[in-house]
Amino acid sequence: MTTLKEQLKQQIIEALNLEDIHIEDIQDEDPLFGEGLGLDSIDALELIVLLDKQYGIKLTDPVKGKQIFSSINSLADFVAQNRCK
Amino acid sequence: MMYSGVAITGMGIISSIGNTVEENYYSLIHKKSGLSYTKHIHTIHKEKIKVGEIALTNEVLEELLGLPNDNSFTRTSLLGAYAAKMAVEDAHIPDMSSSRTGLISATSVAGMDMTERYFHIYEQNPSLQKYIHSHHAGNCTQKIADYLGIKGMVSTISTACSSGANAIMLGATLIEQGVLDRVIVGGTDALCKFTINGFQSLLILSDTENKPFDKNRNGLNLGEAAAYLVLESWEQVQTHSKKVLACISGYGNANDAYHQTASSENGEGAYLAILKALQKANLQPDEIDYINVHGTATINNDLSESNALLRVFSNVPILSATKSYTGHTLAAAGAIEAVYSILSLQKATIFPTLHFTTKMDNSPLIPNTEVVHKNINHVLSNSFGFGGNCSSLIFSKCV
Amino acid sequence: MLYISHYIQIQKGKVYKDGALYFEDSNSEFKTFAKNLYQSLEVQYPKFYKMDNLCKLAFLASEIILADNTTLDVALIFSNKEGSFDTDIQHQQHIQHPDEFYPSPAIFVYTLPNICLGEISIRHNFQSESAFLIAEHYQTEYIRPYTDFLIRSGKAQKALCGWLKMIHGNYEANLYLVESAGGLVHNKNNIENIINNNLNI
Repeated sequence: MTTLKEQLKQQIIEALNLEDIHIEDIQDEDPLFGEGLGLDSIDALELIVLLDKQYGIKLTDPVKGKQIFSSINSLADFVAQNRCK
Repeated sequence: MMYSGVAITGMGIISSIGNTVEENYYSLIHKKSGLSYTKHIHTIHKEKIKVGEIALTNEVLEELLGLPNDNSFTRTSLLGAYAAKMAVEDAHIPDMSSSRTGLISATSVAGMDMTERYFHIYEQNPSLQKYIHSHHAGNCTQKIADYLGIKGMVSTISTACSSGANAIMLGATLIEQGVLDRVIVGGTDALCKFTINGFQSLLILSDTENKPFDKNRNGLNLGEAAAYLVLESWEQVQTHSKKVLACISGYGNANDAYHQTASSENGEGAYLAILKALQKANLQPDEIDYINVHGTATINNDLSESNALLRVFSNVPILSATKSYTGHTLAAAGAIEAVYSILSLQKATIFPTLHFTTKMDNSPLIPNTEVVHKNINHVLSNSFGFGGNCSSLIFSKCV
Repeated sequence: MLYISHYIQIQKGKVYKDGALYFEDSNSEFKTFAKNLYQSLEVQYPKFYKMDNLCKLAFLASEIILADNTTLDVALIFSNKEGSFDTDIQHQQHIQHPDEFYPSPAIFVYTLPNICLGEISIRHNFQSESAFLIAEHYQTEYIRPYTDFLIRSGKAQKALCGWLKMIHGNYEANLYLVESAGGLVHNKNNIENIINNNLNI
């Protein structure tokens, strides 16, 4: 699970062009949206693409996404349970 | 006699609800929607999304325009030339070079409809390479200008969904400033996979018919269309005894300065654009008789637009969303809705909104759903685009 | 009479402000040049990194030219020849192959040239009138009277105008700020000198 979390952090940094952020800057329990990383609605949509591309998970409801993307912990849990790749 | 506003002496339109002004009007008053599953575009989203597709194929359009076989018009230019030609005929312009005449056309797709089809096979198919130059938005407009014989100012506006309205605004400004005597203004966009897939990635396409201003709205339908107006100076109107269809009495543009694609909750950009238009027209809010709203049926736009309207108007006038008929035709939207606003004035008719059943949460506004016959003097038409670009136009009966 | 108070020209790793060299990078490749220029400006605006190349170019040019601007009432009139083609290609690549079909919303939102107007408006809180025109060349003969009208009629106090080229790694920004006072008269000659890079020391 630790490896998955590290992997997710790296993938998020690359996919969302978080140029000045490094893996060690993202805490597992910090909020990703609003405060914390301060991601916005377009970033949320990009994360949906990331889930499909990297893990074969198709998410079509952005509202469900809000819960899943609330932190690295919740995201990693969701991916571990639902991944097809 | 004192004249105010800019005179409109001709108009032309093609959309999924009609190939002429009269056909569009007929569909509007008979609640005939133009939305359907895609027929001509081969997209992976076929039978998943509805669009406002025009029935005429490119081959038929080429024939109607009398184009030679080796032409390099893409669908966007074909639709544009078709509608612009109708507008010019409606305005009875005897000689395009007789005055300082320009064309300001709006587009977002330009030649992308051909590029996405042929880009990877150009090398093996030299006969298709003629479409390479046609990709360019400026080329798309130039083709329409050349087709109509316009030698004066030719420019292209690309400001997303407010482009058509902005083309009309810029044209009106240039007439009022005496830079041009006559200008053909409007917009054109064809359906293409580039746009369909892009909007789908933003998760704002509806999987049914769009329901503007409805509690259960779930996104927009894309559409294709073209529409143009002919604007002329009052000197031209008097010298040639032109019939005037209506006037552009007000216009305003403002930036929402909030997000690349979403609208601010309180509709600040929209609010400012409407106020600027009213100020330009020297009208009070209660003098507006009818509003053709932007009304894309996305969760975000309709609430934001509603909030802007509630801030401007103590009693919001009767409103309807004609994208419920045509879908969202992007750069053409502001232009086709200009034609619908003028029709409203001419026919003293307020058009219905389709597919509405339930009022939005957090807004008291309910769109008009029936054909209403009422004398109208001033119509407000809103067009709000990505990039926060918000435009409002006011069309009025001429005095 | 209106004047051009400031102008800026960016190309090939060099930035000229009001005719004098303002910044130079030995690496003129756009991504690196833009990042270095951004960091040299010492602005804290992480959204910069999410922008596409055209928006980054517009952002950097306007950041420098508007450095001592204090009004929110600045109209924006930009123009170019290729629209958002630089980013359009990227979007097309993401949807071209059925086996690698991953349209990117973050790329798609930049497939419109006027998004750069939005980015500048968000950055500076401008709610003014803005327009993006596409043409073969900068249409001074129409943009100049339009700009004059915007300021004289009170629609804006200032106007930031100019040409932004971004295609296949070739970039050029030629912007000028029009207002009621300044070092150059707002006329056809001066505008064309700026757009054609004729004024650098």
